Amino acid sequence: MVTEASPIKLEIKDLAVSYGGQTAISGVNLSIREHEIFGIIGPANAGKTSFLKAINRMDMFDTNMQVEGNVLFNGQDVRKWRNVYALRSRIGVVFPLPVGLPMSVYDNVALSPQLRGIKEKAELDVIVERCLTRAALWDEVKDRLDTLGSLLSGGQQQRLTIARALSQEPELLILDEFSIAVDPVTTMRIEDVLKELKSEMTIILVTNLVQQARRLADRTAFFLDGECVEIAETEALFTRQASDSRTRDYVEGRFG
Amino acid sequence: MLAPSNLSSGCDQAFDQRNLDWYIDKAVQVVVFMGGISAIIFIVGIFLFITKEGMGFLIDTLDLQEFFGSPYWEPSDEDAPEYGILALMAGTASVTGLAMLIAIPFSLGTAIYIAEFATGKTREWLKILVELLAAIPSVVWGFIGLTIMNPLIIELFDVPVGLTVLNAGIILGLMAAPIMTSIAEDALKAVPDRYREAAEAMGATRWQVVFKTVLPAAKNGLLGAILLGVGRGFGETMAVLMATGHAVNIPGSVFDSVRALTATIAAELGETAVGSDHYQVLFTIGIFLFLITFLINLTADLIVRGIRKS
Amino acid sequence: MNNQMFAATQLNQKNQRTEKLVQLLFILMASLLILPVLVILATLVVKGGSILSIDFLFTDPTNGMTEGGIFPALLGTIWLVAVALIISVPLGIAAAIYLSEYAPDNWFTRLINLAIINLAGVPSIVHALFGLGAFVVFFGFGTSILSASLTLAIMTLPVVIVSTREALQAVPHSFREACWNMGATRWQTIRRVVLPNAVSGILTGIILEVSRTAGETAPIMFTGAVFFSPFLPQGIMDQTMAMSLHLFVVSTQVPGVPENLPYGVALVLIGMVLLMNSVSIAFRMHLRGKKKW
Repeated sequence: MVTEASPIKLEIKDLAVSYGGQTAISGVNLSIREHEIFGIIGPANAGKTSFLKAINRMDMFDTNMQVEGNVLFNGQDVRKWRNVYALRSRIGVVFPLPVGLPMSVYDNVALSPQLRGIKEKAELDVIVERCLTRAALWDEVKDRLDTLGSLLSGGQQQRLTIARALSQEPELLILDEFSIAVDPVTTMRIEDVLKELKSEMTIILVTNLVQQARRLADRTAFFLDGECVEIAETEALFTRQASDSRTRDYVEGRFG
Repeated sequence: MLAPSNLSSGCDQAFDQRNLDWYIDKAVQVVVFMGGISAIIFIVGIFLFITKEGMGFLIDTLDLQEFFGSPYWEPSDEDAPEYGILALMAGTASVTGLAMLIAIPFSLGTAIYIAEFATGKTREWLKILVELLAAIPSVVWGFIGLTIMNPLIIELFDVPVGLTVLNAGIILGLMAAPIMTSIAEDALKAVPDRYREAAEAMGATRWQVVFKTVLPAAKNGLLGAILLGVGRGFGETMAVLMATGHAVNIPGSVFDSVRALTATIAAELGETAVGSDHYQVLFTIGIFLFLITFLINLTADLIVRGIRKS
Repeated sequence: MNNQMFAATQLNQKNQRTEKLVQLLFILMASLLILPVLVILATLVVKGGSILSIDFLFTDPTNGMTEGGIFPALLGTIWLVAVALIISVPLGIAAAIYLSEYAPDNWFTRLINLAIINLAGVPSIVHALFGLGAFVVFFGFGTSILSASLTLAIMTLPVVIVSTREALQAVPHSFREACWNMGATRWQTIRRVVLPNAVSGILTGIILEVSRTAGETAPIMFTGAVFFSPFLPQGIMDQTMAMSLHLFVVSTQVPGVPENLPYGVALVLIGMVLLMNSVSIAFRMHLRGKKKW
């Protein structure tokens, strides 16, 4: 169980992200504890995705994107990591648009372990099966592991993306609206897996389904218009105890 | 299955470690960067080397007024060599000019047909044919001028010589047209479909759409295509060497033989001693050719990029 | 009411007629551009076809180049193209990878692009002057396959760069991001995801470059190719004959050549070039039909 005493996995201090002078988020302060499922809710354009990109330093590939403030992963500023790739390999990210890489389903999932130096076929087989099973995709693809990942259906690609993130064996798993392309039954299966995974990793769950945050998250933050309006224990946030009226309006569905 | 998480609070040892993959990545970055700057090194190198070979003469011996103003080109005369390139420039200009007169309407017409009218298989085949035409080597074009066009012109126009401005102009026009066609077609394709739809919605017919909407919108790209065609004609060597008749002459009509700047270098460089005045003056012509084509390409690029930005 | 409709139909008919006329005009222009060339090609086949034979390809020229085959020229062209490719392909692919995967959008990148455009636009005879001044004289390689191939490589470098860059950029950006997200370095991403999906496009460009290189004449005239050589080249420091220059020589420099000999040389040269281009085009079309994402 996550308690006040759990070590802090990720700490955000005065984070601001802008694109060519256009502010996407500013003044975000929060810390996420180890083995916590941290929910982030908020309407579109609230700056959720910019927030995530700042965590695993994707600004490195986008000269237009400026990041200020600090992101501390395991107590170290991510911008001071001398090997940024090692940092990213420990953070699994699933973005809302599913991307199946144009290689076989097997290679999609085996790629990250291979990059880490695992060569043994038997070992890779185990990882591939485990990750695909956890992403609720194994039954559908186990007989055609050599199909191109990029030719799967949207929902399957989404789950393949999740399997790929899991294959990194990440310390921190970030899911950004993963259920957009997935049917409700599969969504429930993946949610159950996330509850299990909690014992192994820290999870940030960005979602546009407020009830999903309520089902899964220990604590939830509400983002609106580029700022983090409120952070609270999830139950408190959803039982009319939110301190900010905008949060109450959002979780009760008055806008968004 | 987990990476050990007991070092999570306080300090994470891994943050300070670079592995082999990190260094490989850096090394590759350096290697490909060298590849990237090689293009700059080569173009600067070309300019430096032809300047190095031709500059001494340009400064010490050459009278620029004679160089550009005199029609007499007799560099191998031992007593009184003459270094005037006026006739050679006239030769290049007349051939390139005629080539453009031929190539501009035909290449633009073909480009408009491919981009705006042709459909399906016709369009595919036309594009393939144009691409294959562009691939024919210039020495083959020169050979065609020499063996097919030459007797044809003599017979058709009843003239004594067929290796003339007309011959080289037609050959050069046919050579430049495919490239101009494909660049012009790109420019036409770059015009957004909403322009066409808007005009069609107002009841304009297909050709009205093309003339009143598409052509004006694509005019910079088309201009770029023409300029690149000019550059290509200006710099062409083997075809003009073989089809112009190679006579130093300011042409009075298209039935006169001429000689081009490029062809002069190609024909004479082999006979000169390295470092001699004649050798150096050929390099001086090279500097001139380099600068002119550089300007043409730069202008064409600026014009074409202009449309992409807006 | 009826009248109005009638007038409208008439106007419509007139427009349709003009439309047909304009279209006809364009078809005429396109055919006038292409037909003469087809006629010329047909002439080459008719006049040069008679001399073509396996012997023609694989024997030496004899009797002051007025008889015999073209073997040394054919072999020389293969030498020149091969050495030029060894130089320009790695360099061009590296440059394209830099421009497509690493280069930031700044003045320096624009400078590189400008250099590439000019490298392609500088007249071939200026490349020849450069090759002579730099490789033959300054670096002391003499007139050799090495000097000629270096000149050719630099001249055709833009072909490799531009086609490779296009092939790389056809791979969607989202694949790269997905890979970076997993902690792959840029190079791992390029090697595992970008290159495997661009390799056929790159190959298409290389075939195109072979065709360009094989047909060039001016850049090799003073750097490594000779009118006639009694010996076959043994290494890259030797001089060689070449197909393109051989066509120039037998059609302008040698007296008493029977008419069908230069036609035969032209036919072989143009056949080589068009074959290469056709392969490249067919390859491209095959690729377009194969969907990978």
